Order: sequence, then structure tokens, then C-alpha cells
Amino acid sequence: MAAQPPNKKPAGRAGMKKELPEKFRSYKHVWVFVELERGKVHPVSWELMGEGRKLADKLGVDLAGVVLGPKSDETRQAIKETYHYGADVCYICEDPALADYRNEPYTRALTDLVNTHQPEIMLLGATTLGRDLAGSVATTLKTGLTADSTELDVDDEKSLAATRPTFGGTLLCTIHTLNFRPQMATVRPRVMAMPEPDRSRSGRMVWHSLKMDEADIVTKVLEYVADATTDDANLAYADIVVAGGMGLRVPENFRLVTRLADVLGGEYGCSRPVVQKGWLPADRQIGQTGNTIRPRLYIAAGISGAIQHRVGVEGADLIVAINTDPAAKIFEFAHMGVVADALTVLPALADAFERRLGRRAMAS
Amino acid sequence: MDAPETPTDGLNIVVCIKQVPDSAQIRVHPVTNTIMRQGVPTIINPYDLFALEEAMRLRDQYGGQVTVLCMGPPMAEDALRRALGLGADKAVLITDRRFAGSDTLATSFALATALTRLGADHPVDIVFTGKQTIDGDTAQVGPGIASRLELNQLTYVSAIDTLDQGKGEIVVRRRAEGGVQVLKSKLPCLITMLEGSNEIRRGSVADMLRAARAELTVWSAEEAGVEDVMMCGLRGSPTVVKRVFAPSARDEQAEMVTVEGKQPAQIGDAIIDLIFAAQPKLEADLSAALN
Repeated sequence: MAAQPPNKKPAGRAGMKKELPEKFRSYKHVWVFVELERGKVHPVSWELMGEGRKLADKLGVDLAGVVLGPKSDETRQAIKETYHYGADVCYICEDPALADYRNEPYTRALTDLVNTHQPEIMLLGATTLGRDLAGSVATTLKTGLTADSTELDVDDEKSLAATRPTFGGTLLCTIHTLNFRPQMATVRPRVMAMPEPDRSRSGRMVWHSLKMDEADIVTKVLEYVADATTDDANLAYADIVVAGGMGLRVPENFRLVTRLADVLGGEYGCSRPVVQKGWLPADRQIGQTGNTIRPRLYIAAGISGAIQHRVGVEGADLIVAINTDPAAKIFEFAHMGVVADALTVLPALADAFERRLGRRAMAS
Repeated sequence: MDAPETPTDGLNIVVCIKQVPDSAQIRVHPVTNTIMRQGVPTIINPYDLFALEEAMRLRDQYGGQVTVLCMGPPMAEDALRRALGLGADKAVLITDRRFAGSDTLATSFALATALTRLGADHPVDIVFTGKQTIDGDTAQVGPGIASRLELNQLTYVSAIDTLDQGKGEIVVRRRAEGGVQVLKSKLPCLITMLEGSNEIRRGSVADMLRAARAELTVWSAEEAGVEDVMMCGLRGSPTVVKRVFAPSARDEQAEMVTVEGKQPAQIGDAIIDLIFAAQPKLEADLSAALN
């Protein structure tokens, strides 16, 4: 590969050479780790496939999916779908030791695959599995990893630009991994849009064998206790979300939020300070460190709109903000605003929706 | 400075903690987009308190000692003293200008190096961390330490079911997507503790007095055992922050509903009119779904 043209500007940081070391110049293509757990692919993998496709097209390279799992119909189905969602190639490792997620065999398989096939970019979902795995793989490979990216792009020099909230979600920063490969990033579920699958697509398969026996693996899964689905807040995937913030003043006022959510058949949530105060459990939090949502309608009541909240709701089709402070940040990214007290507007809105939709609120 | 004495029996546990600004009080300068740190109180990263409490429970049950380890500026001593006041036995601060600007890879390098020195006489059995910090929110340093030291990695742990010191076996509950894994693993291991998994104790008066007077172990990079300082700080960090910024407002301004002179019911209707005007399909879909 040709050396960098001399007229390129040096990187903004002293001592950081822009020129990629020789050993990394053969690293090429974009990879997405396909998170297959207990027979199901986590939707974040397809969301990343959509994003990976854009990056690969900009770079003029292939998009690959990495599928690790036991030899099973579900694994084969996951491979097929990986092409449907945009991959040109699948790197596959099938082994009984990969049936349940465990750090050791997954780190081994993914690290070996990277060292063998040398991708320039690798994306993983920022789930409990993806974060556990990405942290190990990046450290083993001694490369850079950007957590919870909210925007991915490639710059003029074909380097991955990963943007994420920083300083506790008060500002955004753009991070590059200049001298190491692969450039790794995780992205939370729902941050990227779900692409339309193309069921006619297919691609190449590259097989890999796990160089590990069950006897070599220290950690054993004794049991898996599935969550009771009834208590699950399906916030991330809800079409309508109503959320409250500190503007509601006392925890009891959250019944106004839940009532409006019930009237609309939607889910309810809250901002980070509400969880920090212990008013609602963490699984109701909306924002960078909570749920990212992409509803058709999002109503935010008494929420100021800090950056860490903004990045979790920007995918909504319509954001309606209610806040007494006309200078609240939320009005900078809401589509509609009401400068008024949420305690007045929420019940008025619930009543008005009931009248309009000709239906009484569900008993709750 | 010498390493703190390690226990001859019982568990040798190290809890990695971070001193962070109290997030509720961070303000961004409206013009320069820089963090206004002045006067912002610092706290122990709240997630780390669950790790510290779990470590102390194991110590109380099985014997041994809990050392808190922190990388940070000299003022991070406050966080370590607070941890001692809550009941930790020993505290080690690794502080060096050359650690400045560390990303998660360089941070795990420095902490893993110090952990190696701490385990020189009596190996460390369990390293605890919080699941993530509230300022960086990456959750990468714990796995980074585990990889570097080849510790069995147990993240997002909500409970430790059993610990068999003789066999060196541990059974934990780990939060996975959509369920909980019950995992059996071996010491030495690294555990990142999930929030809400326990309640941090109030420190005893005796512990608080001890904390105020305690002599902390303070190590520079070399004293912590770092041989190659190029692995530390900005130079040891593969990631580069190219730009820090506040997002700009959306190009189109929010459409504001006027409330002056309106009854609540009229405000409700006005908002709904706007919502359905912007999303015409929503009204039909909502009616269909709800009736």
C-alpha cells in the first residue's frame, strides 16, 4: 500500500503519528458481531448490520457478520439472516462450547478470527454480552474500543469516527483509533435504525474451528433463569412512550405519566435523576445509560433534556416536550413544545386523548 | 513505598474504585463547552460501592482483607479514605502525571500492573469493580483487567451464591439479556457488581477514625511496577478524542403550543391537533389498536 501523501495534515495530538503501522495496513473490511444467545439473534445485531453496510459502502469494502454458536438450526438461520440484513460474508464458528455465552470461548473465537482475517472495523452491540466480550477482545488485541457510540462515520482519511456522550452525558465527543486495528465500537440497542431485510441476499461462508475443548474452559453455566416476561418493561421497542423527570416534583405524580401511557397503550419511563433518586427502577430510565427508544410518539414531561437523555430519544418520530422553563434544552430537539406545568398538562392530555379516541382508560 | 501487608490466610480481595465528579452537579460552560469542575464535589463512583460492600461481606464471612485501589490525581486520596471509613482494610493510590489522559486500555494496564504488585506475596483471590463508572460509562476497565491478568471474568453479577475456599470455586448470578446465568467459576476471578445487589453499610465510628489517620500507600508508575511508561496515559491509549462538542439545536425550531388564556382541556386538544397533524397515520392506528 502506498504511504500517506505528504500533504496530509498531521493529527491534532503531539506524538501521534497518523500513518498506520505496516502490520495493520492489510486490515480491511467491516465486521459486525452477530449476538446469538439461546437461539435468538439480538435485534441490535441487525441494527448494526444496517450501519455497518453504510460504512463498508463508504470505504468500498465488504461487510461481514461473525456468527458464533452451537451447531443448530437456529445458528444456520442466523447465518441466513446475516446476509438478508446486508452482509457479504459470514465468519462462522460452530461448537458445543459456544451454546451459552461465556467470556472465555467467545473471546478466543473472536480474537482468533480477527487475527486470521484482519478486519479494519468491528462493531458489537452494547448489551451485557457485547460489553463483556468487547472489553476482553479489545484488551487482548491491544486496540481501541469506543463504548456506546451514538453515531458512526468514516472521515476523509478512512478512519472510523465514533461519537458518544462524555463527562457523564453532558457533552459529545468524537473518538478515533488511529494507529491500531481493528477499530472497535459498541452501540446500544435501538440507537441505529433497523434496516429492511432483503430475503434474496446471500453470500460467502468462511468456517473457523474453536481451538478449545470444554475441559479447557473454567466457567460452567449451571442454570439459566429466564426473566418473567410479564414484568418486562418493553420500553425500547414501544411505539408510544410517556416519560417524566424531576419537574414532576414528587414520586406520587408519576401516576399522571402512567395514566397517559395507559390511555395511549404505550410504555412509561423517566429521566436519569428520577432513577438516581430511587423514584423508579433503573429499567425505566431513558437515555444513554438507560433505554434508547425509537417510538412514533414520545412525550417528555418535566424533563430538562440533558445530552445523555437526548441521545436516547432522538430516534423518535415525534417528540413532544412539556416544561415550565422555556430555555430548557429539551426544546432544542423536540418537535413540539408546551411551556407549562406537566402536572396540569398530563391529565388534560390524557382526558383529551380519551375523548378523541373514544375509549376509556384501561383499568390499572 | 512498600506494598501493604497481605493476609496469610483468608481471602485477599482488591476493590478498584474511581473518584468521579458528582454528576448531579456537573455544569457545562455555555460559551466554551468545557466542563466547569470548580466547586463540583467528588464522590466514589456509586457503582463501586456495591463492589466494595460485596467484598467486605466476603471478608466478614471468610476472613482476609479488602484493599481498595484507585488510580487518579493526589486528591483521589479522599475517595480512598472514604472507602476506609466504610470498612476497607487497606488503601492504595497510584498517581503519576504520566497516567493522565489514559483511555480504558491504558487504565486497565496501570491497574493490572498495580494488582500484580499487590499480589506478589499472597496472590489476589478476587478483584471487584463496579459495573461501570458514571462519568465514562464504558464498562471496559473491568474486562480489561481480567484479560490482562487472566482472571476468570464474571461481569454484571447480582449475587454470589457460594464460595468454596478449599476448592477455590465460586458460584455467581450474572445478569444476561433476558435472564440470569448461574455460573460456576474458579478463583482468581474478577467480578463486576451490578447496582442494587446489596446495600452499602454505614461505616463504624472506629473505621472513620482509623480512616482519618490511616497512612495510605501511594505509588508512582514505577513504584506500582510499570516498566514501560509508554504503555500509560495518553501515549498508551489507542483511542484519540478528536473533538468535544455540544450538539446543536435541530434546524427546525419546535412548534410551540400557546397556553395563555386557555383552559387545560383546550391545551390538551391543541396538543393533540398538532400531534395528529404531524403524524396523520397515528390517529387511525391508535384508534384501531385501542378499540
